[in-house]
Amino acid sequence: MSDLKELFQVNVPAQRRATLADGVALLSLAVAFYGGLTLANRFFTGSAETGQISLSPGALPVYTLYSMGRMLIAYLLSLAFTLVYGRMAAYDRQAEKVLMPLLDVLQSVPILSFLPVVLISLSAVMPQRFAAELTSVVLIFTSQAWNMTFAWYQSLTTIPKELREASAIFRLTPWMRFKTMELPFGAISLIWNSMMSWAGGWFFLMAAEIFTVGQESFRLPGLGAYLQAAAYQDNLPAIGWGLATLVLVIVVMDQWIWRPLLAWADRFKLEMVESDNPPTSWFYDLLRNASLVGWFQRRIASPLVERFDGWLIQRYPAADEPAAQSQRKGAGLSIFMLLGAGLLLFGGYRAFAWMATLPASAWMNIAWGLLATTARVLISLVIALAWTIPVGYAIGSNPRTAAWLQPIVQVVASLPATALFPVLVAALAALAGGLNLAAVLLMLMGTQWYLLFNIIAGAAAIPQDLKYTTALLGIKGWERWKTMILPSLFPFIITGAITASGGAWNASIVAEYIQFGGKTMQVSGIGAIIASATHNGDYPLLLASTLTMILAVALINRLLWRRLYRVAEERFRME
Amino acid sequence: MSVSPLLDVRGVNQMYGSGERRFIAVQNIQLSIHEGEFVALVGPSGCGKSTLLRIITGLNKPSSGVVLYRDNVVSGVNPHATIVFQTFALFPWLTVQANVEVALKARGLPAGERSQRAVALLDKVGLDGFENAYPRELSGGMRQKVGFARAMAVEPELLCLDEPFSALDVLSAEALRGELLELWTTGQIPTKAILMVTHNIEEAVMLADRVVVMEKEPGRIVADIAVDLPYPRRRKSPEFLAKVDLVYATLAGQTQPETLELGSAPGEPGRTRSLPDVPVANIAGLLETLAEKPGNRADIYQFVSELKVDSDHLLLLTEAVELLGFAIVDRGDIQLTPLGQTFADASILARKEIFAMRIRRLPLFHWLLSILTKADKHELQWDVIQTALELDFPPADAEKQIDVAVDWGRYAELISYDDGREVISLEGGLVKEAA
Repeated sequence: MSDLKELFQVNVPAQRRATLADGVALLSLAVAFYGGLTLANRFFTGSAETGQISLSPGALPVYTLYSMGRMLIAYLLSLAFTLVYGRMAAYDRQAEKVLMPLLDVLQSVPILSFLPVVLISLSAVMPQRFAAELTSVVLIFTSQAWNMTFAWYQSLTTIPKELREASAIFRLTPWMRFKTMELPFGAISLIWNSMMSWAGGWFFLMAAEIFTVGQESFRLPGLGAYLQAAAYQDNLPAIGWGLATLVLVIVVMDQWIWRPLLAWADRFKLEMVESDNPPTSWFYDLLRNASLVGWFQRRIASPLVERFDGWLIQRYPAADEPAAQSQRKGAGLSIFMLLGAGLLLFGGYRAFAWMATLPASAWMNIAWGLLATTARVLISLVIALAWTIPVGYAIGSNPRTAAWLQPIVQVVASLPATALFPVLVAALAALAGGLNLAAVLLMLMGTQWYLLFNIIAGAAAIPQDLKYTTALLGIKGWERWKTMILPSLFPFIITGAITASGGAWNASIVAEYIQFGGKTMQVSGIGAIIASATHNGDYPLLLASTLTMILAVALINRLLWRRLYRVAEERFRME
Repeated sequence: MSVSPLLDVRGVNQMYGSGERRFIAVQNIQLSIHEGEFVALVGPSGCGKSTLLRIITGLNKPSSGVVLYRDNVVSGVNPHATIVFQTFALFPWLTVQANVEVALKARGLPAGERSQRAVALLDKVGLDGFENAYPRELSGGMRQKVGFARAMAVEPELLCLDEPFSALDVLSAEALRGELLELWTTGQIPTKAILMVTHNIEEAVMLADRVVVMEKEPGRIVADIAVDLPYPRRRKSPEFLAKVDLVYATLAGQTQPETLELGSAPGEPGRTRSLPDVPVANIAGLLETLAEKPGNRADIYQFVSELKVDSDHLLLLTEAVELLGFAIVDRGDIQLTPLGQTFADASILARKEIFAMRIRRLPLFHWLLSILTKADKHELQWDVIQTALELDFPPADAEKQIDVAVDWGRYAELISYDDGREVISLEGGLVKEAA
């Protein structure tokens, strides 16, 4: 069960208060978007349709391959970004003050808002077909990178001081520190977060493979586009084929990649005691016992690694400066910062001037949409809590159920709700308020799992003594929930709810604006405003609504979640 | 001696923070270590002995002063020094052998030679057969042997030990001490000098040629005691006991005149005396035990083994009872005062009263009670008090001080604390008094 906790560790920076850096991060983002969007205005006047999507099941293998390719490239980018960005933030005090708030903000930017900016800047430098492909990759990247970066940063900052000192005193070179200390230390959380990131990637795959910007519409052959096209044409068999393929891919990846990786990474547990039930994987055992694999490792891999290590150690020797050195700011840096500040102020001014062109009615719409989406997020959270608390407790307090249910639930949870969504809409569209219901349901499907997993983990962590005491005192029914279960679960519920509500906000852009059966349907909400502004190429509106949403999410995080998290950590944590 | 020392620490100061909130970790350290010396560094927790060790090895840079190694200024990690850590600092995912080899790999040794040397060293510390085990499969004592083997792998001239035995059980620690001493005295290792940080005074006298005693607030060296007893040293021998007693006497000091002992209130000029971090229950326990002794008097050193507490904690306790006027300390002995006697004999309620009366004399408490009396509703946020105290203490210490004050104040029924709102307030009785 302990792995579950790791899986859903939420990145709540310890008690940070709103600082100047947050403001700067927000402003620079506004400026970056503004810059991209102005370019978009200029570039997109013509129109071109790219690609036709075939709905024959025979096309699926190739489409799957394309999608996997995009996801893989995006994932590798995320990994590279994670290693570099996380390291900079963890080791450089000055950089940390800017990088972490920026990451916080980036995390709450809805993925579609990145679309025009990315597409435009890429089309400016390369052929459009290629730019579209890359845009798709970058969009997937934005749904994968942030949580991994947070996790890596957190592992780096929690490496025990003495381990760090030992590596300095034994003069480990930068490469050796990375290989023998940092990477093993962060491996487990990096793997769990990679799994989450892939799940996130699947969730937004449809949005990342078919998109419209202004008058341009792009269809990139792939599994996401297939599902989207099938839904748009209301082709139920095709939806079924697409879904089946997706499930197959997810299960195969779980069995062949993630489980073996987890089983392998168990050696990186920091505890100095053997774990009771380490993660297992049949595929990993198979690999480990295969003599060919053993031969390859001994004869080819090990010597090569040795050579490579030796070369890197010689090339980049241990630095001689003290481990705890003071950071000095060069004159160059401050000039650079001054320049940056100037640029930021100017850009910010222009961006706000641009948003000022929006009529008051648009702002009213945004405000109204924000309210509606808030309500939906809240409702989906309440529904999720209502069923996950009792069910999660039932599973978690019974280790035998948990043992076989947990892997199944994990696979189910990584199924992207967006793929099931068209089916749902088909069923609900006819009802009054059906679309609203569908939107809430999509948010729910995307986010309830975070809660469920956390509650299972929490229930498993309730000490047996406490249960016995409650039983001995004859505390039953609601009283038992009130005195024992709910307080023990509280930190886990909060941790789950933070992730869940973040996910729900992000999901609103696909939940509130749907193209299905040849029609576009939307409910009023800020997600719908963002999605339609992207489609219609209404960039001032896109900028305004995106910033509003980021601000709202950040505010809710600061004012509500972080406080609750602190209370949970200080008063209800069992350790 | 005309030979220049192996290590020479000259006028080293370590400070952190700035402006008004500037705190001294160690002050004006002068220390020389010559070849062939085994030096132990002892002192209460918070005296900066570990900080000093990190400065000496070059892990930390001192705020001022220099460290000379063979007449060269140390800048950056000293390649001739190494550390054996209290928590072993082994890589849990590497085997025992790989843990030792890592140090050699960093020096660019080829694979064959690495493994040869690692195996030979593991042999030497008695770990043959465990090369492929992971640290988690080993006992604490064996883990520390890996720590020693790894340190020796790089053939350090200066071997630094940072409380190397304090995380081990009694028997393992004793065995490992013997083995270290054997390696050292028989010259089996190329090490030229050993510097060991410890809070175990007996251990220091057992192993070292010199015991350097440090004091806290600010961290500084107060004595340098030569231990010229031949090895092997016997714990029961009168010479050994006399040395241990001497170190204890130096550390526990003498009870000073009251104004000096109490220090000044926070925010006022002069040193603010910190409250020793000990729970009230332990203070009562110490006084009761002392009251049963003939003459209400005991030898501090013998008290350590009798009470089965570590010497660090006992020194803190001694400091507390001294500060409260329940006992006085004189040449390594602790003597109950009449007041302490009364406390030991009193009922639970009477004890509370005596305790309350005594702590109200402490400038820190006096200050705390007076700001609470002036405050609206006689209550203040924890943060507010902490911010005020941070003018006299580093942030972590300030927090600790409030912790202790709350513990003591609650017992004395002077103040109460609401954890939910993080508010400290005056207890009912005092509120009336204030009104």
